[in-house]
Amino acid sequence: MSEQGTLLAIEGLAVRYGAIEAVTNASLEVREGEIVTLLGANGAGKSSILNAVMGLVPVAQGRVVFEGEDVAGQPPERIVRRGMTLCPEGRHVFSNLTVSENLKIGAASRRDKSQTAATRADMLALFPILEERRDQLAGTLSGGEQQMLAIARAMMSQPKIVLLDEPSLGLAPQIVDTIFELIVRLRDRGATILLVEQNVDLALEIADRGYVLATGAIVLSGPASDLRNSGDVERAYMGSH
Amino acid sequence: MEIFVQQFINALALGGTYALLALGLAMVFSVLGLINFAHGELMTITGYAMFFAIGAGIPFPIAVIIGIGAATLAAILMERIAFRPVRDANTATMLLTSFAVSTILHMLFQNLISARPKAIPVPDWMIGAINLGGLSIGVIQVMSITATTLLLLALTIFLRRSILGIAMRAASLDFPVTRLMGINANAVIATAFGISGLLAGVAGVLWLAQRGSVDPLMGFLPVLKAFIAVVLGGLGSLPGAVLGGFVLAFIEVSLRAFLPDDWLPFRESITLTLVIILLLVRPEGLLGRKEAVR
Repeated sequence: MSEQGTLLAIEGLAVRYGAIEAVTNASLEVREGEIVTLLGANGAGKSSILNAVMGLVPVAQGRVVFEGEDVAGQPPERIVRRGMTLCPEGRHVFSNLTVSENLKIGAASRRDKSQTAATRADMLALFPILEERRDQLAGTLSGGEQQMLAIARAMMSQPKIVLLDEPSLGLAPQIVDTIFELIVRLRDRGATILLVEQNVDLALEIADRGYVLATGAIVLSGPASDLRNSGDVERAYMGSH
Repeated sequence: MEIFVQQFINALALGGTYALLALGLAMVFSVLGLINFAHGELMTITGYAMFFAIGAGIPFPIAVIIGIGAATLAAILMERIAFRPVRDANTATMLLTSFAVSTILHMLFQNLISARPKAIPVPDWMIGAINLGGLSIGVIQVMSITATTLLLLALTIFLRRSILGIAMRAASLDFPVTRLMGINANAVIATAFGISGLLAGVAGVLWLAQRGSVDPLMGFLPVLKAFIAVVLGGLGSLPGAVLGGFVLAFIEVSLRAFLPDDWLPFRESITLTLVIILLLVRPEGLLGRKEAVR
């Protein structure tokens, strides 16, 4: 049985692409109501971990315990229905659908219509620009707006935990600040978040705890404030090269 | 003027049949990346189902429903039995599988039924023409245009309003992320095949009503035309497939109507030359997307 309050525990996870081992041995856990950040240089294996957790790529080894049950190897649609979702790197909004349709399909795993309507109203209150752009094709939105849509779309499935993969990728600094403020507001509304980032400073600023990944394994972990103040994170990054 | 309108209606009717077939091919392609070369056999299955139904004394309208139902069911079974096991293999494997399915069905039709055409008696009222303001329009043409319009309308509503329809459009762009929305991959793919079978069944009925008979290779030519229509309209674009079907039919019908007699034997080559010229000007097809940057 998992520790009290632990929502997601990744234990000894390995991910392989053919002969290449992208993740060798990763363990981390996320408790309810936390923002946990997973840091690491480009190519350290962060996205591979998230994709394997969601069932988008096979788990070579290890366990993915979600709410006390091993979900490793289950298809993504089932994992989403259980209450875990991923907002993928590079946003991946459906550019050929309108903003409204993107939100609608985000709630495809939910049956309760009134609950869905409430979540939708909640998300539009949090991201007013999406209300304004409601009938526009998602492909016509700016990068920042697309990121907001991607997050709102993920939240439409009313997840117990959302995995955010590089929400700052390719965005202008002030837009990144806005996105991070919104992530904090999501947590304040009770969301649990596993945040993968390259932007170390910003991620540690909003996170409760952090893990550092280098060449496929966790090399450092601890409360965000400790990681922020020590030079260890930077040393871990350097070590990965 | 009169001949012009008459030919315009012919082109609309033929274009509708091409459009239904092309749309079925495009739907499967958009979710699976597969051009299903066994698509034409679905039309043939409609033909044989109607042949046996009429032979058993079932009235024509019900035989039509049986024919369309048979094609729909066959498409769903095709996916379940032949394509699902190789879904994760590369595209070439799936393409070869579709050739295999097509060949196996040909053999079955030839050996279990007959290599020779089987007549499908079309009711007399369908062969006639109706008079509209001095224009005589074939009943079959009217039925073609009506059926195509209604189906395209219904499909548009399905694709715009229902979750599964929106999911199918999303899947055509990005299948993994569509699954991240909690959409069942099998449901999307099976629906795409089911719809493609339904469309092929309707196209099959319209095709049979013109020809009056079914033979094992009946589906080959129309599906080849539909494939050209899909490429012309832009591979992966559903509206493109419909547009491609109509454009192809308009080219064909105009050539047949207005080409000098001694040029007529070349009309297929002229059609294809025109298609090639169109594709040289717009390599991504009429409504196709340029390859998006990932």
